[in-house]
Amino acid sequence: MRKPGVPRTGARMVPVPLLVPALVGLAFLLLPLIALLVRAPWRDLPGQLASPEVWQALRLSLLCATSATALSLVVGVPLAWLLARTEFPGRGFVRALVTLPLVLPPVVGGVALLLAFGRNGVIGQWLDAWFGITLPFTTTGVILAETFVAMPFLVISVEGTLRAADPRFEEAATTLGASRFTAFRRVTLPLIAPGIAAGAVLAWARALGEFGATITFAGNFPGRTQTMPLAVYLALQNDPAAAIALSLVLLAVSIAVLAGLRDRWMRAS
Amino acid sequence: MTGLGEASDRPDGDDTTDTDEPTTAVDSTGGHAPDGGLDTRLVVDRGTFHLDVALTAAPGDVVALLGPNGAGKTTALRALAGLVPLADGHLRLDGVALDRTPPEARPVGVVFQDYLLFPHLTALDNVAFGPRCRGAGKAEARARATAWLDRMGLADHAGAKPRRLSGGQAQRVALARALATNPRLLLLDEPLAALDARTRLEVRAQLRRHLADFEAVAVLVTHDPLDAMVLADRLVVVENGRVVQEGGPADIARRPRTDYIAQLVGLNLYRGRADGHTVRLDAGPAITTTEDLSGPVFVAFPPGAVTLYAERPTGSSARNLWHCEVAGLETHGDQIRVDLTGELPLAADLTTVAAAELGLHPGAPVWATVKATQTHAYPA
Repeated sequence: MRKPGVPRTGARMVPVPLLVPALVGLAFLLLPLIALLVRAPWRDLPGQLASPEVWQALRLSLLCATSATALSLVVGVPLAWLLARTEFPGRGFVRALVTLPLVLPPVVGGVALLLAFGRNGVIGQWLDAWFGITLPFTTTGVILAETFVAMPFLVISVEGTLRAADPRFEEAATTLGASRFTAFRRVTLPLIAPGIAAGAVLAWARALGEFGATITFAGNFPGRTQTMPLAVYLALQNDPAAAIALSLVLLAVSIAVLAGLRDRWMRAS
Repeated sequence: MTGLGEASDRPDGDDTTDTDEPTTAVDSTGGHAPDGGLDTRLVVDRGTFHLDVALTAAPGDVVALLGPNGAGKTTALRALAGLVPLADGHLRLDGVALDRTPPEARPVGVVFQDYLLFPHLTALDNVAFGPRCRGAGKAEARARATAWLDRMGLADHAGAKPRRLSGGQAQRVALARALATNPRLLLLDEPLAALDARTRLEVRAQLRRHLADFEAVAVLVTHDPLDAMVLADRLVVVENGRVVQEGGPADIARRPRTDYIAQLVGLNLYRGRADGHTVRLDAGPAITTTEDLSGPVFVAFPPGAVTLYAERPTGSSARNLWHCEVAGLETHGDQIRVDLTGELPLAADLTTVAAAELGLHPGAPVWATVKATQTHAYPA
């Protein structure tokens, strides 16, 4: 792949003003992870991981992250399609609103969710009065909080894939008698499936690590709303060894996700 | 609308029309619209670009929209398919108005320039896609698709994904996919442009056969005059969003009406005013022709009809004699094409030997003559 005439790596010196900060940055990213591994109570680890609290938190985390991802897919993919394929007034504004949770501090998101879906919230009071549905401080509340924070990742990823996909395939399907929805379902969806998968993994990973919005909107009840990150934070205060064990589990999950995405990122580079 | 040439006379032409005109003249009121076939005026506005093209065609006709890049051919095709809305005009197919019909409900099949075969579906499922969308059951759609692939000689490739098909095969799958919905109007956008030269020859012959078998109207878009002349029985030349000439291939080749067409068919073309056998050209000098005409005319002659002399010929009987200067030389097949400026800008073809004997080089002064019998004048 190397073009003839281009010197091999190493044949030219990397400028020191670039090399030194680069290495510092790399070390900064790696050291905490190494510290985690060094200080891990490896001997007690089997016992720590066998405790029912860990499994309860992990199960809840996986359940909520997966549900939040599913919810994001159901409403996020159509939203991405709308942003990528249609023209409507204020589309740029809507797009900015969709990306807002990406930059919003999650705690603020949690407060906003409370004001909307809380017992006295704008919508929550009606949900409570008419259907007897209460969302805050429930597992459903965890899923909503994680969806709020994670869905923008999916929407942005899928929208990018849609923009890169040739819209003329949809036109070709239309000339063959497919309605716009049929064209989307039978042609576009299979074509952008890899992008959707990547977006779903990103959203899932973000949901799994969600802390601020979850603890604000759903609280910290073991077995009901206490997900892994919450359990880690709590454990750190009275049982640091347990916190490290829980962190290692999350680290392992993150590495597994990274491995799953590796092919995609390798291709991009 | 210009007159239609003799070459476009077809045995299956519309009986109700004048025998001199195989297709009904375009009438924007629609009063003479044929019941069968295509009758349309496509008006599309896209910012600074304005398209206004009228087309009529009887069932069985193959019409080529020929024109330079950016002339609006593809826009016209997309308007026919319903992918671009009409700003004005009308569109009737077999007597049915389709102006407001969404693309998925139009009986129109499209072969796109790069085919746009669905990459995640096999050749068979690509062809079965249309019948499925139009209400056929899964088994029936696949049976119909199999029959079409058979007909295209692609039975062995039914299970192949598009990326494993050669250019020629992909083109045939695209054609089968477009035909599998039994369209009443088949649209082909540069059907041969994506192929290499060798495949092109073969696919062109196949496509010609399939188009001859097609019983409804086919409209193809191309910038290649050879494709247009081989595949179509009528050419509509579009420049800057307008029809500049229309007729049979032979007529277009003999009587070009714009510089673009003249260049395509390889003729020197001038506009002028005739008075008997003499035409006073807008470009300057007069030219003597055999035709006896009066009023505005075109004069055309092939580059091969031009004879060049280094000195002013004394004994020559040619009355069309101009003093020119060589602007450029290039090989053209086994001949040398000489571009001349001066009294009359023109292109001349001569043999390599003749070019060498004349000692031609850019800037060299030459005398050019053309016999009156080699020119062709026709009313503008």
